[in-house]
Amino acid sequence: MSLITTILGRLVKAAITLLAIAVLNFFLIHAAPGDPAAVLAGEAGAADPLFIAQLRERFGLDQPLYVQLWSYVKNVLTLDLGYSFRQGMPVYDLIAQRLPATLLLTLSSFVISLSLGIAFGVAAAARVGKASDSVLTTIALLFYATPLYWAALMAVLVFSVQLGWLPGFGYETVGSGYSGLARAWDILQHLILPALTLGLFFMAVYMRMTRASMLEVSQMDFVKTARAKGLSGPVIRRRHILRNALLPVVTLAGLQAGQLIGGAVLTETVFAWPGIGRLMFESLEARDYNTILGVFLVSAAMVIVFNILTDIVYRIVDPRIGAKS
Amino acid sequence: MNFLKTTTFLIAAGLATPLLAQDAGGRIDIVVQPEPPSLMLGLVQNGPTQLVAGDIYESLLRYNTDLEPQPSLAKSWEISEDGLTYTFHLQDGVKWHDGEPFTSADVVFSADVFLRETHARMRSSLAYVDSIEAPDDQTVVFKLKTPFGPFIGVFEAGTMPMIPKHIYEGTDYANNPMNATPIGTGPFKFESWEKGSYIHLVKNEDYYLEGKPHLDEVYYRVIPDAASRAVAFETGEVDVLPGGSVENWDVQRLTELDNTCSTGKGWEFFAPHAFMWLNNREGPTADVRFRQAVMYAMDREFVKDVVWNGFGKVATGPVSSKTNFYSDDVTQYDYNPEKAKELLAEMGYDGTPVSILPLPYGETWQRWAEAVRQNLQEVGITVDIDSADVAGWNEKTSQWDYDMAFTYLYQYGDPALGVSRNYVESQIEKGSPWNNVEGYRNPEMDAKWAAAAVSPSPDERTKIYSEIQKEIVDDVPVAWLLEIEFPTIYNCNVQDLVTTGIGVSDGLRDAWIKQE
Repeated sequence: MSLITTILGRLVKAAITLLAIAVLNFFLIHAAPGDPAAVLAGEAGAADPLFIAQLRERFGLDQPLYVQLWSYVKNVLTLDLGYSFRQGMPVYDLIAQRLPATLLLTLSSFVISLSLGIAFGVAAAARVGKASDSVLTTIALLFYATPLYWAALMAVLVFSVQLGWLPGFGYETVGSGYSGLARAWDILQHLILPALTLGLFFMAVYMRMTRASMLEVSQMDFVKTARAKGLSGPVIRRRHILRNALLPVVTLAGLQAGQLIGGAVLTETVFAWPGIGRLMFESLEARDYNTILGVFLVSAAMVIVFNILTDIVYRIVDPRIGAKS
Repeated sequence: MNFLKTTTFLIAAGLATPLLAQDAGGRIDIVVQPEPPSLMLGLVQNGPTQLVAGDIYESLLRYNTDLEPQPSLAKSWEISEDGLTYTFHLQDGVKWHDGEPFTSADVVFSADVFLRETHARMRSSLAYVDSIEAPDDQTVVFKLKTPFGPFIGVFEAGTMPMIPKHIYEGTDYANNPMNATPIGTGPFKFESWEKGSYIHLVKNEDYYLEGKPHLDEVYYRVIPDAASRAVAFETGEVDVLPGGSVENWDVQRLTELDNTCSTGKGWEFFAPHAFMWLNNREGPTADVRFRQAVMYAMDREFVKDVVWNGFGKVATGPVSSKTNFYSDDVTQYDYNPEKAKELLAEMGYDGTPVSILPLPYGETWQRWAEAVRQNLQEVGITVDIDSADVAGWNEKTSQWDYDMAFTYLYQYGDPALGVSRNYVESQIEKGSPWNNVEGYRNPEMDAKWAAAAVSPSPDERTKIYSEIQKEIVDDVPVAWLLEIEFPTIYNCNVQDLVTTGIGVSDGLRDAWIKQE
């Protein structure tokens, strides 16, 4: 019962937050120099004032700003994201087209980084002070410090150009005509490099955090009690230490999950992955107002949803949290 | 006798082999960068759009690398003695991609109705046109108000694409749903567009030229990162890198790869001409001596050799040496810092800082701005480098909010189309980065530009343009930098890739793949 009321309360707050974000975004994007008409005219190689005036009128940019804001807010309230004049498509369709690729990439990298990060963290904590612990922490530090862009290019150079093991670009083999399982296998091969590259940083973070947290918890009294009871090492680690050590990792995972939509711009760019991060960046450069506002809004909604989910996961990992509130 | 036989046989074999290979079809992957906003060439004319849409749409003529008109949708044409009447005879049996016949009514609709409304560059040429008529299905007659020398140069796909009347007549052009699936007469048909990944075109089986196109399909690949584009070529993922799609320092490395060819041809029509707008209205740049000092202070050969890796040619004035009407009888601004310092001392330059706005088109342009800053600092000019993204650059230049701003303009084959717009007073108007942004005013010169445009005699035009170049180069309204060369890099198996002065952007009508 209390869980449901909490969630309902959070949802109401979330709706208000989202609306505020939408309005703020609107002003931010309009504060940037230039507008979509000027960009389109700039690309045309020639323009006269008539041409630009025509574009502005078509895009509704000739209206006063408050009129534009009002029509935008009305659209948002009716869940209409508007029309991209640059791409000649409803923004909803544009986002829906790009969302699957991004979710596939970011979710796989999320799963990879979280599972490997926790696994290595546990392993390192269990061997604290030994050589294997040092090797693992050093590697994690390296991943943590490597710029994503560089790591991505190096991955392409090594695994795609030099070794030729994996495709370096794109979502699938263009024009291959694959379908069904063959297509899934093809996409999986294309997915490996970008998902791993994108996951490296967070994997390192999860590993370091899990390791530190495990070490801290293992000093606590209830662990000594468990040991005194005669429980085996692996059982103590799994049931007593890990479960308590996971809370900070969950917090961080919630943060990473919030970035599932917008956080892969660089990876998508280097690997030519047709995702939403690139759509956002390109729309920003083109001042494609409706598209960029749409992507922002969807990302903001995603962050809020994952915050709520994180809270629920807290309660599952540590039931005491729900009881206290 | 035997010898003769053998020779004949060899010749026959030599002819037969490429023909067989030419017919073999195949597929080409080309980089398109950035992803075009639309493929409807009548509505959008930016570079990436034309690169892809050049396969789908055609115009009445094409232009070879010497910029001479060649048949395209018009098989022949006549220009009257007085230069006022242009008569075009259309090819027989041309069909739109949806099967409808292409006729002179489509030409009249495209030029007189559609493009007049949507195409800024075409509109300024159409101002010289009195009437466009179709006496029969296969003939179109353009009548001009006054002679207009460059008019024979406007029948190019990006300037005057043929638009299907049966699809667009009476509709709201910008919102016509058919814009998403463009219909042209060109050698390739639109098949699909996976946004963010690729655009797929397939062979037009009903193309009016027997045996063409040779290729079965073309994929235009969207790869947003310059380094990744270079790698994509290295791994054989793409066959063609159109000019400007990789950074200059990668060009040399890539051209040294096995079976890799490159060509600087195919840019004669556009002839990109780089310069810096110098704000003629205010600040130190308003003084002609300062502007001359800038010209002497810059080591433009160094920039060409280092920043552009040797590609291009230092510009001597407003007209590109790649186009007609170029004259080198002008003051030469060699690298001469001493002379620059003298000029600055003479004007009494007080150290007022000037800002440089680079073009936000990648590393090369950033480095170029840095090289210029260093040159200017060496002669005692205080310089800041400004920065902006593409939209910001557009805003600053078109609102005249700059001291010195990098840009490059296409010449479009004739000074009256691509050059004069940057120097005549009637083109001073805020809101566009494609006109007289520097604010140069010279009424005497304006009269000459106007006279050269409408003179029916090419010799007369040459004479006037030479005078203009001689005079304007001393005024330094802008700082001319470089005739840019964008080499097209491609797999050597691809043959006849660049056959016109517009190069890859003119479509792959003639391209074929050599089988090994």
